[in-house]
Amino acid sequence: MNEKQFVCIVCPSGCRLTVWEENGEVKVEGNGCKRGLAHGIGEYTNPMRMLTTTVAIRGGTQPRLPVISSGEIPKEKLSECLAALYGLRFDAPVKCGDVICENICGTGADVVASRSMGRAASKEE
Amino acid sequence: MKRVSVDVAVVGAGPAGLAAALEARRSGAKRVLLIERDAELGGILQQCIHDGFGLHRFGRRMSGNQYAQAFIDEVEASGVEVRLGTMALEVTGARVIYACSKSEGMLEIEAGAVILAMGCRERTANQVLICGDRPAGVLTAGAVQRYVNMEGYLPGSRAVILGSGDIGLIMARRMTLEGIEVKAVYEVMPAPGGLTRNIVQCLDEFNIPLHLSTTVTRVNGRKRVESVAVARVDKNLKPIPGTEETVGCDLLVLAVGLIPENELSRGAGVALDPRTKGPVLDDVFMTSVPGVFACGNVAVVFDLVDYVSQSGEIAARGAVDFIAGGLCRQPQYVPVEAGENVNFVVPQRLRHGCAGARLFLRVKKPLREAVLTCESGGRMLMQKSLRHLAPPEMIAFDLAGRIGDAPVAVSIREVTRE
Repeated sequence: MNEKQFVCIVCPSGCRLTVWEENGEVKVEGNGCKRGLAHGIGEYTNPMRMLTTTVAIRGGTQPRLPVISSGEIPKEKLSECLAALYGLRFDAPVKCGDVICENICGTGADVVASRSMGRAASKEE
Repeated sequence: MKRVSVDVAVVGAGPAGLAAALEARRSGAKRVLLIERDAELGGILQQCIHDGFGLHRFGRRMSGNQYAQAFIDEVEASGVEVRLGTMALEVTGARVIYACSKSEGMLEIEAGAVILAMGCRERTANQVLICGDRPAGVLTAGAVQRYVNMEGYLPGSRAVILGSGDIGLIMARRMTLEGIEVKAVYEVMPAPGGLTRNIVQCLDEFNIPLHLSTTVTRVNGRKRVESVAVARVDKNLKPIPGTEETVGCDLLVLAVGLIPENELSRGAGVALDPRTKGPVLDDVFMTSVPGVFACGNVAVVFDLVDYVSQSGEIAARGAVDFIAGGLCRQPQYVPVEAGENVNFVVPQRLRHGCAGARLFLRVKKPLREAVLTCESGGRMLMQKSLRHLAPPEMIAFDLAGRIGDAPVAVSIREVTRE
């Protein structure tokens, strides 16, 4: 019944998980520990990922500002979140932790600057 | 030429140099100078926008930028003197650094102790013997990372990656998310070079194939890469005739290993270890030249930044001890020997009578269950059970207790169960 295979990444053992649904219950086979069980169920029902990317910034020491989500967001929403971020423009200066986009695409996670960036000095040459 | 005199001079402001400069201040050094050739602090972490850093030190998953920023904020508040845009040209065995910068010209820095933290370099196409044309579009993974993550350029549209080290895997995911089609990753060895979790998260997740025991043999294209030839290799890593295939691409990304950058160290007369390609170090990470210390990837290529920072702190405490006269100028050493299943151990030697050390090692092959032992002169100094060991994952541990005058042998014995 819609069986899926995953390699567990909770620890370096790399257990091969088989996950399937049976009578409304998610079953995991191949896990070596409880954390692997939870990982298998999570990957099967609602896989979550951290979002890290860069956004355009004007007047900064670099043209791109790296950003990170404040928590994991559903994997299937990643592309939508990236598209939303790429439409935004920011101006330096920015402090590490500044919120770039609140509750991105309704995921409940904020996207924050992952470094501080000052203004570029006016042209040196 | 401008002359300055400092207690501790640190060369390079990546994670190792930042940690070393901070710890030198914390340990009581008055004048700590941190010199960096880039325009900003952070070193390679500036381009590591992905998360997974800092689990050991901060107990949470941070991006490389966040990890660097935590140290940068501290350095800026610490009284460490920072000189950006300053390139160290020469370090002498007498702890004098010659450097230059646009704003100040030549600089002569006289230091009580020098900490080398220049990091490592990527191996290039010339070091992996690929034949064929020399078109544009052959880049190292780190260069692609800098273009994409910092400068906002996409250096190609269809990529082939050679080498399955962690940087190559991370860039496979990153390029895919930015719209570059990653055709495949080729690895000459029979096992992947990177961590399993990166294979899963960066390749499997995006259906990027990984071809083991396969390598790129030829680059085709006059001005720009048009295709590469790949072939399977035999046990001796030689391409097998008749297995060659052509893969169309306009970007060949090389993730074929890192080498400690020791040009300055050699100039200072520092003895190097052929296995780590970094300086021979002692328990306080001092090199063979008194008062010259090394830490981070210039000492040995680490895999976790947390360990890089630790090595910087060890070297800094050693450097402060050295200028205070607490370290013997000509210490007596005992070697640390890499025994069964151990590829290398850093530090390579310990001072007689030192009160233990933090050791870093890599195993030669994957081991499911094993026991790590440190013995000296028939005495068992420590014993520790370990699971799931693999060459890409460095093992760090503390060796406690006074070190005598017999060599210390570090071995890892495999435990086999019925």
